Amino acid sequence: MKVHSYERSFLAVGAFGLLACIVALSYATFGMGMHLPDRVAKVEPRNIRTTAPFDHPGVRKTGPNEYEAVVLAQIWTFSPAEIRVPAGSHVTFTVTSADVIHGFDIVGTRINMMAIPGQISRNSYTFREPGEHLLICHEYCGAAHHTMFAKVIVE
Amino acid sequence: MSTSTSYVQGVYTSPTSAPVITTTTVFDPTGYVLPAAQRRVVRWTVYIGFIALAAGISHGLAQALSYAHINILPYFPFLRSYYQGLTAHGVANAIIFTFAFSNGFLPLMLSRGLSRPLHTSLLWTTFALLVAGNVLIVFAITTNRASVLYTSYAPLQAHWTYYVGLVLVVLSTWAATLNMFLVLRSWRRDNSGARIPLLAYIAFASYLMWFLASLPIATEFLGFLIPWTIGLEPLTDPLLDRTLFWFTGHAIVYAWLLPTYVSWYALIPRQAGGKLISDSLTRMVFILFLLLSIPTGMHHQYTDPGIPEKMKMLQGVLTFGIFFPSLATAFSIMAALEIGGRARGGRGLLGWIPALPWGDPSFTAQVLAMLTFVLGGITGLINASYTMNELIHNTTWVPGHFHMTVGSAVALTIVGVSYWLVPYLTGRALWSRRLALASSWIYAVGVFVFARGMISNGLQGMPRRTFIAQAAYSRPEWHLGGIITGVGGSMMFVGLVLFLVVMLMTLVAGKRGQEPMDVPISETLTAPALTGWETALDRFGLWVLAAVALILIAYGPFFATYLPPHFTSPGFRIF
Repeated sequence: MKVHSYERSFLAVGAFGLLACIVALSYATFGMGMHLPDRVAKVEPRNIRTTAPFDHPGVRKTGPNEYEAVVLAQIWTFSPAEIRVPAGSHVTFTVTSADVIHGFDIVGTRINMMAIPGQISRNSYTFREPGEHLLICHEYCGAAHHTMFAKVIVE
Repeated sequence: MSTSTSYVQGVYTSPTSAPVITTTTVFDPTGYVLPAAQRRVVRWTVYIGFIALAAGISHGLAQALSYAHINILPYFPFLRSYYQGLTAHGVANAIIFTFAFSNGFLPLMLSRGLSRPLHTSLLWTTFALLVAGNVLIVFAITTNRASVLYTSYAPLQAHWTYYVGLVLVVLSTWAATLNMFLVLRSWRRDNSGARIPLLAYIAFASYLMWFLASLPIATEFLGFLIPWTIGLEPLTDPLLDRTLFWFTGHAIVYAWLLPTYVSWYALIPRQAGGKLISDSLTRMVFILFLLLSIPTGMHHQYTDPGIPEKMKMLQGVLTFGIFFPSLATAFSIMAALEIGGRARGGRGLLGWIPALPWGDPSFTAQVLAMLTFVLGGITGLINASYTMNELIHNTTWVPGHFHMTVGSAVALTIVGVSYWLVPYLTGRALWSRRLALASSWIYAVGVFVFARGMISNGLQGMPRRTFIAQAAYSRPEWHLGGIITGVGGSMMFVGLVLFLVVMLMTLVAGKRGQEPMDVPISETLTAPALTGWETALDRFGLWVLAAVALILIAYGPFFATYLPPHFTSPGFRIF
């Protein structure tokens, strides 16, 4: 197949650019430790309020500067409705849904997960600066979806 | 009308008088015309899409204005909620409008490419399934029984009529695929050893890819959602349903895009007065889409639980791969346009651009579509960018992105094609070239303005699929972007209303006897190869096997480690 030399160069530059993107993204994941949610475990949404750790949603300290925030999403609230952590802390969010699919997006951070009934979502983030973040349900979850939010307060 | 292209005036005759339907056919000057009875069905199939477009954009306007904190929903007679309208917008514009057009356009292109008729019974089957599906869907949505959005995420549960309606729409695309398959097969029997004419090849490849891609969603609907909604199965598995949806759901965007590429590759060069540069490269691009469209769906699930990170990464890399055929497309189309501009007297480095036929509304709409697709493609690459996706997933960035792909690259191309297709099929000349041109410009500028608002607000965390006008939260950074979105969305609405007016007036008042006599098929600079590996490009069976192998590599590990289904969820009807 005859391909014009201009086109050959165009495609080569394009392919190089795509490879460079893949290298940069791999570095962000493996070099800088920014991960996507992985497979954690299955749960049973119908018994979720009596299943640990979702029987006691809230924030607990797990080590020096380390916290775990357990959050249960349900129509149309998050429990707890307010998450407080000190500045500089590394927080692991463990989330699931009691009913339909919800979203779990902490505006201004990398924490952006889906909360799917039957599955546990988990990701972690270090809050360096004090401030207040919106935690929004950003997946349509029924008539009052636009009223479902919570707050993350970094003190 | 000096700028209108030659195809409008009559059958184009090749100056080199190329041989007819033999192995070396570069360009088919036969001027083959589909029988009138078949043209009528094709026409009505396309009209279903126009009706869906009209229904969908009215709520599109309501959504755009909602972002600007203007609520016009109380003025909609049948609407009980924002999300009911959002479901209607997504289904009508992204699914019915696009597939109705493709159901008519692709078989017509195949038939013209091969110079032989289609099967009338299958054309009617396609049309009947599309209509029946629409009747059920319209019932389900207008009665607020299916406000689950077009993604149909379980355990939100719609009425069975909604799922069955969508299945019928998919079956209509299968009927169209079967029609093309049978005609192509009989052509190959009569022309053994010949290369498939390019136009027919790419038309068939488009729906062949979609047929393969639609099998997972068919499994989701027939195997899980329909038994669950009629009570045969009390519970469903939301993650499995969602994964099956996106198994089809990324390829579906290529099912919308490939008919657009058919026009850009095979028709637009001719409309610009140029030629397509490479036959083999064009076929290779469509084969790459067949191979790579499907094993990439998990990049829509980067933020999902229950899917191992490694599997997300593998499909992420494959998603970058699928950007490559679009890069090749960008080069081929630009080259064809430049050849056209220079043939029309353009000189100098960029002088060929003003020399292009900007007075032809069909050409202009599609070139504007290409421009929007540049930004649509780049924003898509960012979506695919693994952890970067965490910044924008489910924010208004995403609809900002896809209104520059399906919402303009595809939609404006359908508009542009309709400007010659409807006159060609009806025998009535286009009504008001000026209004047709104005429609595309207003829409294209509108989509850039709209996307500017959506993209910037998405970067600042504004959620998509949310009734922002009445949300319980807000951020001051969202106000300006929301107003920009409202302005752009209103322009898009006006642009498409003008398009619908032009179409309607063409049908009732277009002058008879001045319509284009033929499909604007382009010549290709290089003839299809008759020997060597390129002839293997025509062996679709081989490429389907390769595509299935890639799909098994990309999706096999997920299903092997996940199944059996985790049935946990009863249905929720909370809308």
